[in-house]
Amino acid sequence: MLILHCPYCGIDAEETELAAGGEAHLKRATVGDSDAAFEEYLFMRENKKGVHLERWRHAYGCGKWFLAARDTATLEVYGTYPAQTQEPPQEVKDAIRAKHPGWAWKENA
Amino acid sequence: MTNTRDSVPMKRYSVFAVAREGLRYHTGWGRAWRSPAPKKKYDVIIVGAGGHGLATAYYLGKNYGITNVAIIEKGWLGGGNTGRNTTIIRSNYLQDPSAAIYDKALSLYESLSQDLNYNIMFSPRGLIMLAQTHHEVRGYLRTVRANELQGVATKWINAEQVKELCPIINIDGPRYPVMGGLYQERGGTARHDAVAWGYARACSDMGMDIIQKCEVTDVRRENGKVVGVSTTKGDIDCDKLGMVVAGHTSVLAEKAGFRLPIESVALQALVSEPIKPCMDVVVMANTVHGYLSQSDKGEMVIGGGTDSFNNYTQRGSFHHAEETVRALVETFPMISRLKMLRQWGGIVDMTGDRSPIISKTPVDGIFVNCGWGTGGFKAIPGSGWAMAELMAKGHSPLAEEFDMYRFREGKFIDESVAAGVAH
Repeated sequence: MLILHCPYCGIDAEETELAAGGEAHLKRATVGDSDAAFEEYLFMRENKKGVHLERWRHAYGCGKWFLAARDTATLEVYGTYPAQTQEPPQEVKDAIRAKHPGWAWKENA
Repeated sequence: MTNTRDSVPMKRYSVFAVAREGLRYHTGWGRAWRSPAPKKKYDVIIVGAGGHGLATAYYLGKNYGITNVAIIEKGWLGGGNTGRNTTIIRSNYLQDPSAAIYDKALSLYESLSQDLNYNIMFSPRGLIMLAQTHHEVRGYLRTVRANELQGVATKWINAEQVKELCPIINIDGPRYPVMGGLYQERGGTARHDAVAWGYARACSDMGMDIIQKCEVTDVRRENGKVVGVSTTKGDIDCDKLGMVVAGHTSVLAEKAGFRLPIESVALQALVSEPIKPCMDVVVMANTVHGYLSQSDKGEMVIGGGTDSFNNYTQRGSFHHAEETVRALVETFPMISRLKMLRQWGGIVDMTGDRSPIISKTPVDGIFVNCGWGTGGFKAIPGSGWAMAELMAKGHSPLAEEFDMYRFREGKFIDESVAAGVAH
């Protein structure tokens, strides 16, 4: 059973209390973008066997959206952080790198 | 295991073989397939010795005479989703391209035991998809009409007819009443492992090499064309490469330098203790994501829903199994006292339109067959047939619409409604 810490209400919520929202930090395609850019935005999701940054909603709690860094191979959670961020905070990045030394935030990859 | 490449050719299975072996304490059965060391080079390498990969190899040999083929498998043969599904076979899809490939698969299944000389225990016992909401009633009536136009025999049956076909069902459940069902008489089940084993034996007999416990670590390319793979058993060269690895397709595609519009999630199933025969039809209840059939051993086989998040753990969340069982107990009250024996998960590759991808890729010589999501088992022969045609001829009418670029074009084959999320 997956347990995530909600950064808003401070509760450790378990899976049945949460709703998964897919990959985080997507860049929205907009008017004038190419078909490829729309395909990227709509369908080309990260599907790593390893670190995955994703959106969750504390659906049966405070109702707020937050983000989580989780390992899809082990279900280990590296940390959760508020949704109003452009990239994971430093402590989450450090927690990921402690287990995956080669990991790079996608903007720097 | 030693190299048995030069061993005696495969013996045909027959009633005479059973009688002969019965008289000599079954000491004369040979291995069903060889386990050779890999050669330096093959015309075609298929990555993934599950049902789809083995079927692809089989039809490459059978239909196109291409037998210099290796099938490489990271784990053991048929140990992924082929050995983890609920063995349901049907072809009552909504869209024309789906109906074409799934019905091709169903008709190949009907004669597969004879074709492979291997009993896959195909049991066309009939399949009902329950309508438990008004929305589903309308959806299935639409599917029946579509199937009529596609030449796929299905019919709408009312609640009393459902009860007649499946006496253990409770049609007046307060929460999930049965309002009727979509019935496909030709649908049913088969023995999933036997499908993989039968194809493997036939491939091996044609001279193909099945290489198990051999993980692909890199896909080697030169000037945008595939030249071979690096594996845990050394480098192997090839002219063409087929990727047929279901939930791990994204991982393998990354090694080849391209991406696919799929996400991997866990789908789980469970079986009960064996009981006397009580149900000779397959029932799918898509509203509650529950599927029920009885295996030949007597176990009630139950399929559940997928996890909601990306996952490679082959386990599945407990609460999904609980939700499925809770709903099924209302529809089938007699199963409430059954003990559950085993639970397991498989990693399924989901596309945005819930239809598969059988396609060329940005790398010349690499072909991909993936995205079967929660419903791949039923498609194995048709999928292999189409993939083999695509790899041999560069074009396949069955696979045409399942191109990986359809998401960019917006040419979806939307089965998310017809399939009721899971298949």
